[in-house]
Amino acid sequence: MTEAVIERIEARPVSQRVPIAILLAVLVLAPWAVYPVFAMKAVCFALFACAFNLLIGYVGLLSFGHALFFGGASYASAYAALAWNWPPELAILFSTAVAGALGLVVGTIAIRRQGIYFAMITLALAQMFYFFCLRADFTGGENGIQGVPRAHLENTYVMYYFVAAVFLVGFAIIYRVIHSPFGEVLKAIRENEPRAISLGYKTDQYKVLAFVLSAALAGLAGGTKAIVFQLASLTDVHWGMSGEIILMTLIGGIGTVFGPIVGAVFFITLENYLSQLGSWVMVVEGAIFVICVVAFRRGIVGELARVLKRPL
Amino acid sequence: MLAVPVQALFGQLLIGLINGAFYALLSLGLAIIFGLLNVINFCHGALYMLGAFVAWFLLEKAGVGYWPALILSPLAVGLFGVVIERTLLRRIRGLDPLYGLLLTFGIALMLQGLFSNWFGSSGMPYEMPSQLLGGQILPFMVLPNYRVWVIAISLVICLGTWAIIEGTRLGSWLRAATENAPLVSAFGINVPRMITVTYAVGVALAALAGVLAAPIYRVSPLMGADLIIVVFAVVVIGGMGSIMGSIVTGFILGILEGLTKVFYPEASSTVIFVVMAVVLLVRPAGLFGKQA
Repeated sequence: MTEAVIERIEARPVSQRVPIAILLAVLVLAPWAVYPVFAMKAVCFALFACAFNLLIGYVGLLSFGHALFFGGASYASAYAALAWNWPPELAILFSTAVAGALGLVVGTIAIRRQGIYFAMITLALAQMFYFFCLRADFTGGENGIQGVPRAHLENTYVMYYFVAAVFLVGFAIIYRVIHSPFGEVLKAIRENEPRAISLGYKTDQYKVLAFVLSAALAGLAGGTKAIVFQLASLTDVHWGMSGEIILMTLIGGIGTVFGPIVGAVFFITLENYLSQLGSWVMVVEGAIFVICVVAFRRGIVGELARVLKRPL
Repeated sequence: MLAVPVQALFGQLLIGLINGAFYALLSLGLAIIFGLLNVINFCHGALYMLGAFVAWFLLEKAGVGYWPALILSPLAVGLFGVVIERTLLRRIRGLDPLYGLLLTFGIALMLQGLFSNWFGSSGMPYEMPSQLLGGQILPFMVLPNYRVWVIAISLVICLGTWAIIEGTRLGSWLRAATENAPLVSAFGINVPRMITVTYAVGVALAALAGVLAAPIYRVSPLMGADLIIVVFAVVVIGGMGSIMGSIVTGFILGILEGLTKVFYPEASSTVIFVVMAVVLLVRPAGLFGKQA
């Protein structure tokens, strides 16, 4: 998105030691403070939101179809673990690669249009994938793939720290990317693409690569989620999932490093409390969208960064 | 595969034309709104659903039949559109158009969630008007009167809207404001009011499609949720630069979808998306679009 959201303060290199220390502490202590399964869900979605934010926050591309990569990887990982008896680590790696390949195909098609069209195209392609999953044999149709084995990660705490480690790997990759020269070019494309082109950058290649990275990391989150919940289902590839990940990122703060994590935790907590209310969840989600867009575009972490006068 | 019964072929062609009529009405509204407001109206599908529900309410609670509903429901939804534009969309004018998409997505979720709570997801039938029951018996198929009516009225409304935009003074203001709103404003034309009216007309078209759809498909809270995504693909294929382009694309894709149902049913739900991908690779600006 444009300069309205993303504060220029991020240009100053500032040490992120304190927020990272807080993040690590929370990550380590979480399963002792809350229900571990809930913590695992939050961590998976935090990684998903961070991967999504890499595109919207740093390249300015709104993908309305990220459920394709999350859900596609979820199916790939569940299928590899159940039908081929692969160990969870290998299944997750495989699903990440699958999501990256899907990202290459979708990205190549979608970057042919900019801005609002990009959002519509990704949404349409994801919907196509949803119909494909609905009909394909290996996805189990309406039932999904159930009873995915956790193998040697059966113990809940072992599972949790495995998920936390996966998250940290993903987060480290994203952190490294956005603070690299490559990340600087991405930000240049976000701010002024014609200018970046005139400076000699092949912006299409940068955008596709960023898209593949984001898709693969969303896949890492999706593949891990399938092992945690031992389930891959149509919910993961539905447009509702694409909407939820946008909402999490928006609540936390688009274009902030830590915002998507805060947004994901906030949203998963909220969903937990609202789950008895059935389809009221949809109404609440819609209302949060409206409120965030009209009055709270910086998000929680974005506002915090403004108050503290430092990038977060 | 080639030995397709003629009845099935024409039956699916007819359904394709009807779906095409809805695609055309919806993408026409989307295109007009995007032209002036620079907002992709994600709640278009939800307002189509609202249109059908208003007709259902009028019939069930007030005993008002199909024909008055055809006028009253678009009016009511148009008024609702005025409220949305005045209270919400106006606040985000000038921001990145992506915010408009997210805001209207939120509105769509709220509407669909509210109606799902109220009515569940299965939906209710809506009675066909008695004047349009029955059908014409042709040598190769039975042509239901109501379906012919839907196609005819949609064509009339689409072409009428096109004629107004291309041929009247009001339409010329609209086209001018789409090109350069500040300049039109400098000529003394009330652009904010024009924006409100344009949004109201766009969503009224969606509501009209909803009323037309009610007797064919059931009236259900999620009837517009998947439809809007297909309409997005239609809009990407046609390009939003041309009003006639969105009408023609809508009808053509509806027919194509119908034909796919006959010859290769497995692909019928995805064919429009496949066409979209191919068009993007061959002609990124869309069939009728101008390269940005």
